[in-house]
Amino acid sequence: MVSLLLILVVSLFFSGIIIRTKSILSGRKGPGIFQPMLDILRLWRKGSVVSKTTSFIFQIAPTAYFSSVIMAVLMIPHGTYPGIISFEGDFIMFAYILAFGKFLMIISALDTGSSFEGMGASREALFSMLVEPAFFILLGSFALFTGQNSFHDIFSTLHYGSQISYLLGGLASFVLVMIAMIENSRMPLDDPKTHLELTMIHEVMILDNSGFDLGVIMYTTNLKFAMYGALISNFFIGMLPFEISVPLFFAIQIGFATAVGIIESFMARFRMGHNPQFVFILTSVSLLIFFGVLLVLGKFA
Amino acid sequence: MAKIFVEILNLLAIAALVTIPFLKTKGRGIMALFVISLQIIIVSALSFAVFTNGAAEYFYAGSWVTGAIPVRIDYLSAWFMLIISFTFLSGVWYGVQYMKKYMDQPDNLALHLAAFILLYTSLIDICIVQNGLVVLVVWEIMALSSFVLVIFEHYKNTTLKAGINFLIQSHVCILFLTLAFMWVKVRTGSFDFNAITLFSTSQSPIAGIALFIFFFTSFAIKSGFVPFHTWLPLAHPAAPAHISGIMSGVIIKIGIYGMLRVLMLIKSDMITIGYFILMVSVVTGLYGVMLAIVQHNLKKLLAYHSIENIGIIGIGIGLGCIGIGNSNQFLVFAGFGGALLHTLNHSLFKSLLFFSAGNVYQARHTMNIESLGGLIKKMPHSGYLFLIGSLAICGLPPFNGFISEFFLYIGLFHGLATGNFVAILVLLFTMLGLVIIGGLALICFTKAFGIVFLGSPRIQIPDEQDTELPQRIWPMYVIVLLIMVIGLFPLLLSGYLIRIVSLYIPSLDIGLQLQFIETLGKLTIVGWYSLGFILLIVSVYYLRHLVTRARVLTLQPTWGCAYAPANPKMQYTASSFIRTYRKLAEPLLSIKREKREAQGLYPKYISQHTHAQDKIEIWFINRPLHFIRKILNSFVFLQNGNIQAYILYGFVFVGFAILLPSVIEKILVIIKFLNQL
Repeated sequence: MVSLLLILVVSLFFSGIIIRTKSILSGRKGPGIFQPMLDILRLWRKGSVVSKTTSFIFQIAPTAYFSSVIMAVLMIPHGTYPGIISFEGDFIMFAYILAFGKFLMIISALDTGSSFEGMGASREALFSMLVEPAFFILLGSFALFTGQNSFHDIFSTLHYGSQISYLLGGLASFVLVMIAMIENSRMPLDDPKTHLELTMIHEVMILDNSGFDLGVIMYTTNLKFAMYGALISNFFIGMLPFEISVPLFFAIQIGFATAVGIIESFMARFRMGHNPQFVFILTSVSLLIFFGVLLVLGKFA
Repeated sequence: MAKIFVEILNLLAIAALVTIPFLKTKGRGIMALFVISLQIIIVSALSFAVFTNGAAEYFYAGSWVTGAIPVRIDYLSAWFMLIISFTFLSGVWYGVQYMKKYMDQPDNLALHLAAFILLYTSLIDICIVQNGLVVLVVWEIMALSSFVLVIFEHYKNTTLKAGINFLIQSHVCILFLTLAFMWVKVRTGSFDFNAITLFSTSQSPIAGIALFIFFFTSFAIKSGFVPFHTWLPLAHPAAPAHISGIMSGVIIKIGIYGMLRVLMLIKSDMITIGYFILMVSVVTGLYGVMLAIVQHNLKKLLAYHSIENIGIIGIGIGLGCIGIGNSNQFLVFAGFGGALLHTLNHSLFKSLLFFSAGNVYQARHTMNIESLGGLIKKMPHSGYLFLIGSLAICGLPPFNGFISEFFLYIGLFHGLATGNFVAILVLLFTMLGLVIIGGLALICFTKAFGIVFLGSPRIQIPDEQDTELPQRIWPMYVIVLLIMVIGLFPLLLSGYLIRIVSLYIPSLDIGLQLQFIETLGKLTIVGWYSLGFILLIVSVYYLRHLVTRARVLTLQPTWGCAYAPANPKMQYTASSFIRTYRKLAEPLLSIKREKREAQGLYPKYISQHTHAQDKIEIWFINRPLHFIRKILNSFVFLQNGNIQAYILYGFVFVGFAILLPSVIEKILVIIKFLNQL
């Protein structure tokens, strides 16, 4: 319950911080941090234009996408407070529920029959497939490290003993930040601000969505960012008491958003053909974490 | 009681076969429907009786050739009998409607019906008879009847070719099976399955593993493990839709049954066997799905997906074996339980997918994905049923595929926590394989569903209207019902799974049994959450409906970047959807490309064809065949068409066969004589 509320709060201003960071770094003042949320609210009040080619899939996909992320958010714990949904192996369901939403978004892009959207859908399907192994190895490493098999148990028993384990925490945050960037199709994989349809991934998939549905999709993106931020914060919160953990949570989320803004300001987008190689790096980093865990546990034979 | 049931089952089949010549085509159809339904009722009653009363066993005296013929129906048999029966039930009701298109071929239909009844009866008999020789005979009946079913459209060249390929490969499978049973018979003097246990405990461990390899090869051909899968992608597109569904749903699963049965009997180095199966399975799963993505024929795509799912089932079996070897009872449970559950699940969603594909085929007369599109508006039932099948096969909640994959993941994570270094590495890479398989399946089915059913039709063909009649749709909805029940209430199956798995762990203690039930309880929680997820989607959608009800909704053509005369040919194609993937996977695949480039100032016609070839088929089947043919061609002079020469060959052979023993005797005498010098 705690983490759900915290994530919902953060999702209101997360992308605002990213935009603000980017503005400041490019020498502008920039809009207030709640501006993106206000834009979404405006979209929610608008009517919509729907393609004649589409079917019911196109109508339900944004809703299902949003529900899948909400369902995933429900599983995120906050330190010692478990998520609303918590059971052994919940992170498996976490990954698969998110995949469900993605599946529907991909087919809804194909539903419009547009080549642009098909292109985006194709890339989204491939990159999210490539990112999945990194997530599972990461969670597998920490499951092995703590001997637990659920988000809450892993994070509440996680304590850093040796120097290597600090390194593991750092690497894990790196992997999660990168996973969040890929899942949300941000730089260095994809540039949401680009104006050429041929080079976009996520943005080009939703070209035909408008009005309420577009608002839902954009809010879901914010929610997803906040969700990954919450996951990262869990690596550091651990057993800390509530008074410290909540400010720490916000600090980490703001830090995460700022980091995203900085990355987007100083990095150029990769060539599309190089993206898979980049995504593979994540898998190797998480393998590194896995072997680190084996090292800490002394399981090398 | 079991004896009476089994006998009635077989007598019904014989009676049905006898009456076929005396009926008209329509009567034959009704009779087959009636007989198979009756048989299914009997088999289901028998299976449930076994699950409530425990295993049934009785003997036939047999003859001096076979020895006593034991009929044993244990939990494992009952489980597979139920899976087979349900798939046949939906298959026969769907198939009768599907075959209505072919009413003008009465003889062909009669043969098809007879083979169908034979196939069902022989599959059930394989599950219950435990005498090697009898099983071989029944196995042969099964292979032949499924061959007849596959080549229904034998007037098409490709169908016949695929059928003959299937026939040959099923006989290679029988060859290995025969060798294995003969080896056991020679060493122990019995065809009884229990002799396998005797064999593996009395002979050296190497012999035990070698015997397992014989069995494994045979069953791997039947169930399509890489590299023995090459018959599958050919036979599935050739067969009628209900046969493809049944073949993918249960015929290939009989190999899985065989494997599970042999693993139950053989007492050998289970860890080595487990690692071996895991390795083969991960390769199978990855290879199957990697090739599935690049297919252009919808049924071929589904066939490669069967290979992938066999890989997933194999992962479960491998985990179970490692569990037995390490006496880690939880791993045994998660592994075998996951494998058994996935066998059931795959039979459900794969037959659903094949039946939907069959509807598409009968409406559009093509299976080429590139020329389909927009079908969800013309065939909403088939479309949404295909979608449910796709979501289930990708292992997404709230459908049943998720439950069995969850089982395997739980097993893998549990194994990680308890294993030694080698085991951890193996399990890690298995997990990696499973995750990648899942991700690739997502690409594959977004492609298949998105291109076939969504968008607008790519080629205008006048379609037939009657493919969505209620009588051919309802069996598919029954399958969906079962998919949902398993997805939401997996606890219903726990009792069955625990009983089957306890056959592998004779010393199962109560505490662990409770732990298993607890794990299944967790799966029930997963089921409830899945239900919650559905409710969440529905309520959010209702909220959306409430909000957008008052808003303006305008219908417009799809946004085309200001290009006005957009046409369906400009839609994204299946090939372009997977292009990035294809580029990545190109080194591992073999893709034939034919390109006609634009030439001259006014180029008229440009084209590009890509055709995915199966690298393993080329290296493992085509190249050796080519080589053998080259050698054998030097002996072609023997086949001179002269009947006298053929009779001479016969005499030479008979004479040689008769003289051989005495010649050997003489040689031995000479050797003896020389030795005495």
